[in-house]
Amino acid sequence: MSEPVSPEALSTASSTRAERFRRERTRLGRRADTLFAGLTALAGLLVLIILAYMVLTTTNVALPVFRSQGLSFVTSATWRPADGQFGILAFVYGTLVTSAIALVIAVPLSLGVSLYLVEVAPRWLRGPVAYAVDLLAAVPSVVYGLWGVFVLLPLFLQPAAEFLSRTLGFIPIFAGPASGISYFGAGVVLAIMIVPIISSLSREVFRAVPVEDRHAAYALGATRWEMIRGAVLPRSRAGIVGATMLGLGRALGETIAVALLIGSRAEVGASILKPGYSIAALIANTFGEANPEGIRALVGAGVVLFAITIMINMAARMLVWRMVER
Amino acid sequence: MSAPAPKDPGRLQGRRPSPRRVWGDRLGTLAMLVATVLVLLPVGMILFQIAQKGLGTMSWEFLTQAMPYSYRKIGGGFFNALVGTAIMVGLATAVAVPLGVLAAIYLTEYGKKNLLATLIRFFSDVMTGVPSIFVGLFVYTAFVLPFGFGAVMGAAALAIIMLPIVVRSTEEMLKLVPRELKDASYALGAGTWQTTVRVVLPSALPGITTGVLLAVARAAGETAPLILTTLGAIEIVTKLVGAPISALPLAIFDGARSPFAAGQERAWAGALELLLIVLVFTLLARVAASRSRISR
Repeated sequence: MSEPVSPEALSTASSTRAERFRRERTRLGRRADTLFAGLTALAGLLVLIILAYMVLTTTNVALPVFRSQGLSFVTSATWRPADGQFGILAFVYGTLVTSAIALVIAVPLSLGVSLYLVEVAPRWLRGPVAYAVDLLAAVPSVVYGLWGVFVLLPLFLQPAAEFLSRTLGFIPIFAGPASGISYFGAGVVLAIMIVPIISSLSREVFRAVPVEDRHAAYALGATRWEMIRGAVLPRSRAGIVGATMLGLGRALGETIAVALLIGSRAEVGASILKPGYSIAALIANTFGEANPEGIRALVGAGVVLFAITIMINMAARMLVWRMVER
Repeated sequence: MSAPAPKDPGRLQGRRPSPRRVWGDRLGTLAMLVATVLVLLPVGMILFQIAQKGLGTMSWEFLTQAMPYSYRKIGGGFFNALVGTAIMVGLATAVAVPLGVLAAIYLTEYGKKNLLATLIRFFSDVMTGVPSIFVGLFVYTAFVLPFGFGAVMGAAALAIIMLPIVVRSTEEMLKLVPRELKDASYALGAGTWQTTVRVVLPSALPGITTGVLLAVARAAGETAPLILTTLGAIEIVTKLVGAPISALPLAIFDGARSPFAAGQERAWAGALELLLIVLVFTLLARVAASRSRISR
């Protein structure tokens, strides 16, 4: 950035009124500059302060529960607020399982859409399809929840869950009795919610692959699919992982849609077709009737959720940043 | 679309791909198409079914009246929730936008690549990924415990959610302002502060507006933090502190959880209302973006 040339350096000793006036003004201007710089820096710092303050206050409130429960806070699956027993393992498990299901469904779909939009679709179709996919990101999560419970559940989730347990029931994770209100149901709706995140980022990553790489693959006689597999995908690996982790971060913290679809049963079971619970859903559902110690425990569960998502997010950001800076 | 174009001169010389490779290419293309259809399907379903189910209950009464005193009762509407959403999103915007724009100015005009700017940039990105329910827990422990539930608490949570979005989108827009424009301003003797306020901000304004509108749309749809900070109410509340207040997403959530048909129907109409509001803001954001002279 070019610094403004100091007027003192330029002006001679001549001090007509106009000269003096101008110098006065620039001095004032420079003071305003310093003030403005300070103000903006303060606003920037505020982001860091808020984040730090969030971590400190919540951890501080949850500290008594962390102390009294010790490590069993995260290793025990017994959650009995009335007896002062707070083990969040079942909720951590549910959070991880629903997010994993969401990723298994959303990643291939998102990559497929993005590849289609970047490599295959005719130019006139790209804008509208991309817009429609991005529209999914604008839908509020409570709307997903409502739609999931009253439309998708009877129409698809329940039949699909029953079908899975009928055909693949011998595998423990698909064991019946099957319910659409389950890890599976919540995971499917989560998948729809994170598709726009993963696909919009992976679209950018695919676009960033140099056209020379594509031409080189074609010059070697590759078909388009071979070109995608040989030139586009390998170049985009870090970006895809980053996009996936951002989607994961969103899925882990998603509350409302999961609260409506997961079934609110605190159990650690192998089958994904049975009702379960997640950290965020636990907080949203039981916050209203919790006693003071229960609230501390819920805040503690929130801190654990925050820690998980923040680590995933930081790793994802680093990957995406490295991609973009190249 | 399909494998090699026969008129491609380079291809005619060489060997054609074997059938196996041609079929691989076709299968790959098919897989991409199927994925696209599978993603577009829920988009269409959600829009269509929300419109269909929502219009059934949508009425002038729904838009202008507050909730009846029981979820079981038919009639009434979400006007109380609409008022709550307007108050809280308005307050949150009034706080988050100036702060976010100032922070973005620091990033592009002053900090650039120094350590503080890098940290702010990185942690705003991280902050966009913080679960909104955690933000709710924070506001609960920091502000609701001492001051009670209320619109200001909900607005604080929404502002925290909006802030990093505004910072990062504004920064992107400020970066696009051509250097020549700034240099011209500096050459006329303006300082950084004058250049920023008179030249950089005006030319980036449409882009900044886009980011702000998207942040508003996001805040208007947030439910989780409000459960912990505003609690919800069935009457119209205009007090800012010390009184639980409703919001559209909260009212929809309560309706969806209620076992009564009347409550669920109101939830559908509310979902339509909320979706329309969010879509209008998203659309306005697009319009603002297309107005931007310095678009990418």
